[in-house]
Amino acid sequence: MRVPLSWLREYVDIPQEIEELAERLTLAGLEVARIEYLGPAAQAREGKREQGSQATLTWEGIYIGEVLEVKPHPNADKLVVAVVDYGKGPVESVTGAPNIRVGDQGQKVAVAEAGARIIDAYAPEPKPVKVKAMAIRGVRSEVVLCSEKELGLSDDHSGILILDREAEVGRPLAELLSDVVLELDLTPNLARCFSIIGVAREVAALTGQRFKTPEVKWHPQGPPISGQVEVEIQDPDLCARYTAALVKGVKVGPSPFWMRRRLALAGMRLINNIVDITNYVMLEWGQPLHAFDYDKLHGEPAKRIIVRRARPGEKITTLDGVERDLTTEMLLITDPEGPIAIAGVMGGLESEVTESTRAVLLESASFSNTNNRRTAQALKLMSEAAARFGRGVPPELAVPALKRAAELMRELADGEIASGIVDVYPVKQREVELDLEPREVERLLGLAVSPPEIMELLERLEFACSPREGTIRVRVPQHRLDVSCPADLVEEVARLIGYDKIPTTLMADPLPRQERNRSLELEEQVREALVGCGLTEVITYSLTSLEAEAKLDPNSSPEGYLHIANPLSRERSVLRRSLLPGLLETVAENLKHHERVAIFELGRVYIPGEKGERPREPRRLGLALAGPRSRLSWHEKPRAMDFFDLKGIVEELLLRLGLEGRFERTSHPSFHPGRTAKLLIGGEEVGLLGELHPRVRESLELELAEPVLAAELDLEAILARAAPVGRYKPLPQFPAVLRDLAVVVDEAIPAEKVAQAIRAAGGGLLRELVLFDLYQGPPVPQGRKSLAFRLRLQAEDRTLTDEEADALRTRIEARLAEELGAELRK
Amino acid sequence: MVQIEELKQKVAALAEEGRARLKEVASPEDCEAARVAFLGRKGKITELVKFLPHLPPEERPEAGRLINSLKEQFQAELDRRLRELKAQEIEKKLQEEAVDVTLPGRPVALGGLHPSTQALREIYRIFLGMGFQVFESPEIETDEYNFQLLNIPPDHPARDMWSTFYLTEPGLLLRTHTSPGQIHVMRRFAPQPIRAILPGKCYRYEQVTARAEMMFHQVEGLAIGRNITMADLKGVLVEFAHQMFGEGRRFRFRASYFPFTEPSLEMDMDCIICGGRGCRVCKHTGWVEILGAGMVHPVVLRNGGYDPREFTGFAFGMGPERILMLKYNIDDIRLFFANDLRFLEQFSGGLR
Repeated sequence: MRVPLSWLREYVDIPQEIEELAERLTLAGLEVARIEYLGPAAQAREGKREQGSQATLTWEGIYIGEVLEVKPHPNADKLVVAVVDYGKGPVESVTGAPNIRVGDQGQKVAVAEAGARIIDAYAPEPKPVKVKAMAIRGVRSEVVLCSEKELGLSDDHSGILILDREAEVGRPLAELLSDVVLELDLTPNLARCFSIIGVAREVAALTGQRFKTPEVKWHPQGPPISGQVEVEIQDPDLCARYTAALVKGVKVGPSPFWMRRRLALAGMRLINNIVDITNYVMLEWGQPLHAFDYDKLHGEPAKRIIVRRARPGEKITTLDGVERDLTTEMLLITDPEGPIAIAGVMGGLESEVTESTRAVLLESASFSNTNNRRTAQALKLMSEAAARFGRGVPPELAVPALKRAAELMRELADGEIASGIVDVYPVKQREVELDLEPREVERLLGLAVSPPEIMELLERLEFACSPREGTIRVRVPQHRLDVSCPADLVEEVARLIGYDKIPTTLMADPLPRQERNRSLELEEQVREALVGCGLTEVITYSLTSLEAEAKLDPNSSPEGYLHIANPLSRERSVLRRSLLPGLLETVAENLKHHERVAIFELGRVYIPGEKGERPREPRRLGLALAGPRSRLSWHEKPRAMDFFDLKGIVEELLLRLGLEGRFERTSHPSFHPGRTAKLLIGGEEVGLLGELHPRVRESLELELAEPVLAAELDLEAILARAAPVGRYKPLPQFPAVLRDLAVVVDEAIPAEKVAQAIRAAGGGLLRELVLFDLYQGPPVPQGRKSLAFRLRLQAEDRTLTDEEADALRTRIEARLAEELGAELRK
Repeated sequence: MVQIEELKQKVAALAEEGRARLKEVASPEDCEAARVAFLGRKGKITELVKFLPHLPPEERPEAGRLINSLKEQFQAELDRRLRELKAQEIEKKLQEEAVDVTLPGRPVALGGLHPSTQALREIYRIFLGMGFQVFESPEIETDEYNFQLLNIPPDHPARDMWSTFYLTEPGLLLRTHTSPGQIHVMRRFAPQPIRAILPGKCYRYEQVTARAEMMFHQVEGLAIGRNITMADLKGVLVEFAHQMFGEGRRFRFRASYFPFTEPSLEMDMDCIICGGRGCRVCKHTGWVEILGAGMVHPVVLRNGGYDPREFTGFAFGMGPERILMLKYNIDDIRLFFANDLRFLEQFSGGLR
């Protein structure tokens, strides 16, 4: 909402500085997003910032003048000589403006004297020029009578600016036209402030000034409206009130400058005086109005207005020239021939007010805000009227706004108002009365406010208060649709006192029982472990596409996914079921700038619910690695990360969580058939890790020579098994004995199987087993491999002798030979 | 018979000779040779013993002392010289081992947490200190929880405040804020008092630009009790903001509107970039909004299972990404989920 201050001042005095007012409004919830200074006001501020700006005008040397006489130019047909007085005696000005004619007198105009700066109206780009006294076709022109364009007010150079008749001759023009516009960002509860009067009420209450209640005039002269207009509301659930007035004999033309100026400042498009008046009153009062061309309406003898829902298949062409398909839930204004407007959204083209309109049927009505919103949204028609109706317009506003607009049409369009109005009001506006216990204010705010003070504050906002026993009976003013419970009143009290006056305290309420969030703690532990492993955390979008998911899971089907009904784009149209597509996309993006990428994501995936169940959002952990093991350096030759880098990280993570995992070779269509494992904990599969299949790498545009490793783990399953309590193991009392053992086995035998056999044979004395060498090639026979283990042997109750250690190794060797056909390698 | 005087001369001469010899040794091997030459079984000092039988018996003890003293003296000098030589040798070796200390160190690959995670942790830390506990609630919500129970009936004009992604499954949507968590927590704990924070991802149907994301994190705060006031809310928020943004900052509270709080407020901080003088970031107001809050609306309390005549509460909502943007002058919210390592790694050292 744009609020020109000059307009606002009609309803409330503003003694304080603009910035101070803006801050007060902002703190009270009417957020001033911008203060726009116009004319010299802007110049005064600009001057502070950038001295001598060329772009703006000061209007210095420009005054309000009066045309005393207009004479023909002796040497030119298209020019006239105007004699004007701007407080320094009569001077002559030669002008070619079409709106100043020989014989004219009395108009108030903007007079720029020699030395004043105005905009050069004929330059391709607006730039200021200095006014000079000069002879034009032999007649000396002392001053310039300015157009709107020359004053920098608009681009209009079709004639000179005609000012208000009341303008005082000799005063600087700046006094009349300088202005400030407050741009308000209004929250939905501030529907009442979508009007100058609504804002004025707030300003008055907040600054302690008096709100100047507008006086509603009513001077009907024509025959009664009854017999000329009939109104019927068929759907009172959607239209609580419909009022109408009839103004005949109007002359459609441009609005006067003051009105056009205010509308323009408020950001409204200018149409003609009739439509401008409806907009002007809407901005002033907050009540949207509509003007129909009376003669284009149907009904005999009286024109009939019927307010009803649209019928199946009905259509209307709206003012913007678009034919609209209507649904039966949309409310229409119709006449016996069909729709003439979509109620409270936009008028129809057919009954539009045009240059030739002679009589106007003026509508001021009240429509259901929810239905209006739905209609406007369905038609994507966000008109100024719908913006207000959608937020709520009190029915009690209809008549004053109607009369105000009719009066303006009488004054500015020479109209004749039919006596009486039509007022169909099937659903009366409810009067809201609330009981406010004074202690409620303190209970909510933590600040004691005395009952008289509460009443004084509420009355400033026109709430009628009367003390009752223990409570205050508060009648909510009719222009406030947003107040329905005592808490709303407490907010009003707080706003007027100022939130800054409310103390700042520490909670005295007893502390609730504290519970730990084990699941979050474990999650954070996982993050710590992975950061320690050199991985950087990423967070990717939960929304993805079936195509992106299918790149990793070719068996995925649309039914397995949760779909967005209104996606912003195809790329973000389903909820992910895997972290891998997002992670690998991130790898691909980063490989454009980095050689090495090592990342993880801990986040939710989204699984449709079974038969009416809510969807599930289990947490997953994704890991992805690509590139060399460490950053390029002079220390060592770069070595690409491989499956075992990934596995090492997973193992480390399990270790930190107190878990033991088993890895088994597995296959997956997106992974390297020989370099992929599933992770099992306690026999249950909880994740997959491996090297990406080259085909998948290609589809993801991961074009690099080294492998890309990825893992996805079921975090819920893993964390559910994480050991809740760790247990301390006593430190060994006796020294350990180390023995190395190298065996040659068939290459098909998994290393883990050999290790298991060693552990089984080693028993309790074998404390630690490390595979430290793997070798294939001569002298190891083809098809065989050599595995070298270091065994750490230790007894709890004695120092092991060399003989015992050797005997144990021999036992292990024998078992390996027997079970796995292993040979010793010496 | 030899005279002791003769022995004394010999001792003095050998002492001199020994010193001269030790001056010349240049290596531990030389040292060993010198030891053998003087103290070895046939060494020059050892050989002096042969004089003893030729001395008168009464002079022998003194002669013995003279010889021993010479031995000890030589040995001591030899040891000192040997230590010197070894030290020199080590020094020489170390000199040879010198490296170019300006060569880069061996790279250490340490990872880092996403800045949003770090901001969330910072928020947890601050609120845990004030007795709040962390709870989580679903990202996929129903219209009922995301809107209706929060006092936003269908077609309410306030629905314009949240552009919503709906699922094709009727009634389901992606939560537009963490506020539905208020209802979940209230229904779980009613009628016990609550102090909770609810972090998580939220979604808005919005074209992604430098200023707007379709996905972002939010942290909801909720306190319910028999004695919770707006003054308490201000106290908690000021405490939070001081810890998050530093002690020197100024804050203000503005009246605002959320359907689920009444009264409602927004909290502003003096603009970090311009210090309150006015700049592009604060749209020349000198203030930047950091969060929204208010006293829990009686309707919401009732929906959560609390009697609004007995209980009051406050709620607040803040965005970790927004907080980071303000704190670090990040001008494009898209950076957070673009996951460019050049951005993420700037936060590897933690938030400062």
